[in-house]
Amino acid sequence: MSKGTATSESDSEANPQHWEKTRNLTFIVLGAWFVFAFVLPWFAKELNAWSFLGFELGYYFVVQGSLIAFVVMIWLQNWRQDQIDDEFGMSEE
Amino acid sequence: MIRGNFTENLGKVYGVYTLGFLAFFLLMALLEQMGGGARLIGILFLLFTIAIYALIGYLSRTMQVDAYYVAGREVPALYNGMATAADWMSGASFVALAGGIYFGGYPYLGFVVGWTGGYVLVNALMAPYLRKFGCYTVPDFIGTRYGGNTARLLAVIVLVVASFTYVTAQINATGTIASRALGIPFEVGVWFGILGILVCSMLGGMRGVTWTQVAQYIVLIIAYLVPVIWMSNAQGFGIIPHFSYGGAAQRIAELQAEYGLNSAAEAVAGLRVLTTPHFEPQGGFDSWRFATLALCMMAGTASLPHILMRYFTTPSVRAARKSVGWSLFFIFLLYFTAPALATLTKLQLLDPTLPTAVIGKAIEEVTSLEWVQNWSQVGMLSVVDQNGDGLVQLNEFFMRPDIVVLATPEIAGLPYVISGLVAAGGMAAAMSTADGLLLAIANALSHDLYYKIIDPKAETRTRLIVARVLLVGIGVAGALVASLKLTGILGAVAWAFCFANSGLFFPLVLGIWWRRANAAGAIAGMAAGFIAGTWYLYMVYTGAMEPWLGIDHLRFGMIGMPVSLIAMVVVSLATKAPSAEIQKMVDDTRTPSGRTIIGHA
Repeated sequence: MSKGTATSESDSEANPQHWEKTRNLTFIVLGAWFVFAFVLPWFAKELNAWSFLGFELGYYFVVQGSLIAFVVMIWLQNWRQDQIDDEFGMSEE
Repeated sequence: MIRGNFTENLGKVYGVYTLGFLAFFLLMALLEQMGGGARLIGILFLLFTIAIYALIGYLSRTMQVDAYYVAGREVPALYNGMATAADWMSGASFVALAGGIYFGGYPYLGFVVGWTGGYVLVNALMAPYLRKFGCYTVPDFIGTRYGGNTARLLAVIVLVVASFTYVTAQINATGTIASRALGIPFEVGVWFGILGILVCSMLGGMRGVTWTQVAQYIVLIIAYLVPVIWMSNAQGFGIIPHFSYGGAAQRIAELQAEYGLNSAAEAVAGLRVLTTPHFEPQGGFDSWRFATLALCMMAGTASLPHILMRYFTTPSVRAARKSVGWSLFFIFLLYFTAPALATLTKLQLLDPTLPTAVIGKAIEEVTSLEWVQNWSQVGMLSVVDQNGDGLVQLNEFFMRPDIVVLATPEIAGLPYVISGLVAAGGMAAAMSTADGLLLAIANALSHDLYYKIIDPKAETRTRLIVARVLLVGIGVAGALVASLKLTGILGAVAWAFCFANSGLFFPLVLGIWWRRANAAGAIAGMAAGFIAGTWYLYMVYTGAMEPWLGIDHLRFGMIGMPVSLIAMVVVSLATKAPSAEIQKMVDDTRTPSGRTIIGHA
């Protein structure tokens, strides 16, 4: 079965630097997530004073903008995380 | 038998399948031109798609533990993304989301943001680490990370309560759709639905569910997008309406100011008139209600076992992460369409300059419309001239929120074949979610309760038979509860998210992110969070207590989660740190390369 990708044991040694970078990246992503999930929808009323693509801006974020931001956020995080893993020789493939 | 070259040929297999489905759609359109009735088309759509899912379920049959529990861990990221999207988007998302937006305005949109933003948490905090762990089920992680049967058992209990709450709503939805399309009573429709669901999952377990869910995603997304885009083109709202309906939303704001949003003079049971503005956030308390709802749905997304276990099926940690990206992309396609659909449908009904308008028209003219008659007959719509002026006012047009998606093709005057397509899509959405949930419950009971706690020496064959017996038993129990029609679809769905986040969110997150978290803490966190949340739900829902700070029964995770966090941290710190061996396990979980933590035999 496919479970035997078994790279040698020494590969799976934890590396504090790798974890530090991973953790920092995660915190940055969670910060962006907080802005699009809570801050912008919270101020939807105020944001509605502006408009974007013919939408009131507060409305735009809640029905579309934040959703697009979430998708982009995940892809960016994974792109960066792959780089970090490669840097420390921790990519499995 | 189909293995090996099957996973290598997925693109071809599903490409042919998609073309086949489109060809079937055209065939049905042709049948309609030749005079085939709406009823016949509806029946054919349902039977054809369910027969295909059943065939996939049969072809994926297996007697291997790895294939049954985690689809052999060979599902590529893209396909796991589609399967997760189908697993995720329930009958409620498909049928009720646009209607909810139509009637609910800004406060309801908390669901839309919550049900997409949750995937950022899944990706950042959970999926890659749980995949590295190599567990079969979510309680498997809890049981191994914290050690001891108590923690495992508590996780099983939370999982069963959350998932069972959710699955009854899905079986209910399959029953509703089957009964309408096939013209059979709801109680019979429920059994028809559960039969279809079980065929997909019983023989092949997670492998069968995975490949049917991919097929179901393809049907459901086509069924959601085609009517909206067709309607938009037919009514002149633009080729792809998603980026251009801002003006429509503003026009609705003008119209609702002109008509006035008044409650009905006399209520009609089960139906609603439009009373909430399309989008007028009030700031302050309104923002708080939005944020608390979104937070509960997001944390729930990241703790619902039927979603997390989908990421156990990928070949690697990297593929698990990538498949979260695909999942949200595929989910996003539906979620950013729903507000467009709600807005355009509302505008068509309200705007007197459009030929489809009903508000402000003479009552006889509206009640003679064919779609109004169809839906009135089944009690899902009602137009009553309550003020006696001979015109339809905004507060005299009653409908059930669920029907917005189903009725849109008829309102816009699209052919019947679209309605058949939509019914097949709704069925696919409800079936795929029910399959994932039933499997999550049955797997937790068979793997964690039976194999790990009751009989660790059980043979593979016995384990897989027990798993299937449980699956059928739970399916039947779900159908029995669903046929009692206890809750509306949406209430039950929001509750499932809150049960899951009250009991599981912090024990899962801290198990990965806090080395110091120990068994006593996890047990305290699960028990206290789950009990506090459930107690609050009971008190608020029965009216024994006024909600605190607007935290109503849909958001009881706002009580459960903080209690869980505090209990877990305090008890962990008050008891001794986990062993060096467990701490090493946490470090290994955070390292993407190397073997999985749990080596399954």
